Amino acid sequence: MTLFAQVRQLVYKEIVLEWRSKYALNGILLYVVSTVFVCYQAFRSVEGVVWNALFWIILLFASINAISKSFVQESKGRQLYYYSIVSAQAIILSKIIYNVLLLLLLSLIAFFVYAVIFKNPLGDPLLYLLAVLMGSISFATVFTMISSISAKANNSGTLMAILSFPIIIPLLIVLIKLSKNAMDGLDRGVSLDEIMVLFAINAAVIAVSLLLFPYIWRD
Amino acid sequence: MKQYWWKVLGAAIVLYSIIGGFLGDVPALPILHESIRVVYFHVPMWFAMLLMYLLSVVYSIRYLSSGKTRDDFIAVESVNVGLIFCLFGLISGMLWANITWGDPWPNDPKLNSAAIASLMYLAYVVLRNALDEEQKRAKISAIYNIFAFPIMLVLLFILPRLTDSLHPGNGGNPGFSGYDMSGEMKYIFRPAIVGWMLIGIWLMSIRLRIRTLEYQQNEPGP
Repeated sequence: MTLFAQVRQLVYKEIVLEWRSKYALNGILLYVVSTVFVCYQAFRSVEGVVWNALFWIILLFASINAISKSFVQESKGRQLYYYSIVSAQAIILSKIIYNVLLLLLLSLIAFFVYAVIFKNPLGDPLLYLLAVLMGSISFATVFTMISSISAKANNSGTLMAILSFPIIIPLLIVLIKLSKNAMDGLDRGVSLDEIMVLFAINAAVIAVSLLLFPYIWRD
Repeated sequence: MKQYWWKVLGAAIVLYSIIGGFLGDVPALPILHESIRVVYFHVPMWFAMLLMYLLSVVYSIRYLSSGKTRDDFIAVESVNVGLIFCLFGLISGMLWANITWGDPWPNDPKLNSAAIASLMYLAYVVLRNALDEEQKRAKISAIYNIFAFPIMLVLLFILPRLTDSLHPGNGGNPGFSGYDMSGEMKYIFRPAIVGWMLIGIWLMSIRLRIRTLEYQQNEPGP
């Protein structure tokens, strides 16, 4: 099988596995919706800056919870089986693609629930949506690699947070700036720099993941 | 003497930069006044820190291809020394900021970036402590180190340029070459960078020797 076919099969496998149990998906959705409600009950109405920050914090923790399991849920034996039939690049690419899809769904639902319950005027909703989508893609690429590292350390809960927060902060700074521009309805040309930086970081992260993952996997 | 010359050179340059830095002439500038002398110590710290982190990532890459314990030791000790330089860079910067900007921690992107970068390397140290098995620890931490490095570069060199900063060379401020790094100052400033880099490598090599000795002692040898 070519790499492309392997990746397609593996992504399909992940989606089928998830769809059969629906455990992670439902759990994460419930988590997001209940966090939004808690924030809404606690704050009632907030100004724009806090609204924006709160949304990203909710999304950040939801994504960490969603992705931290991605390498620990499979048994050692099954991982050995994958090792013998597919390449390491296919595994990490399929995990990244699956996590991107999962987080896109998650963040869209979170965004709509958040925007409906917690009303706040958005100057440029389309650009804000773009920021949300870029954010979920960035979270997925970074957290997938970190979760594979922390899964090797057998201590995924705390270690995952410790390892991923310093790495995600730069992305989060850019994302918050981009979404703030969108909230204020600034001209889209102003935000071009941020979008380019996000693309560059994502490309670099995916490239480095592809290079490094074979070393993690070979145990 | 053949092997030590660079250590002597490093020490001599740092000594020269201390003496020259405190006694030499500096331009009389508003706000900065005599505090401009901190530049001889503050900026070289960051250069030395970057060199140590660069060294660490190079040896992490070498570890992944060679699997030698020594490469891993160099990587971790470079990070340790880099963290020390980062700490001193932050302290000297805070002292300087307190005088010139009136606040030890103004909300400046470079300060925040430097703090976050040090968090990244502290996470590296924590990750090492979380892993017991030696080879696994070396490999996983090398992978994290390489993974974090490009993001640290973005953090330190790209993000501050996107926003306004109080530091020279950012957000429309002219760089050092633009105004005050003229005349006599650069004859002290430029060697000081090299001097502190050499001191950093010296520190790292001493720590490396200690670590290697400890490792050999704990190893149930023949």
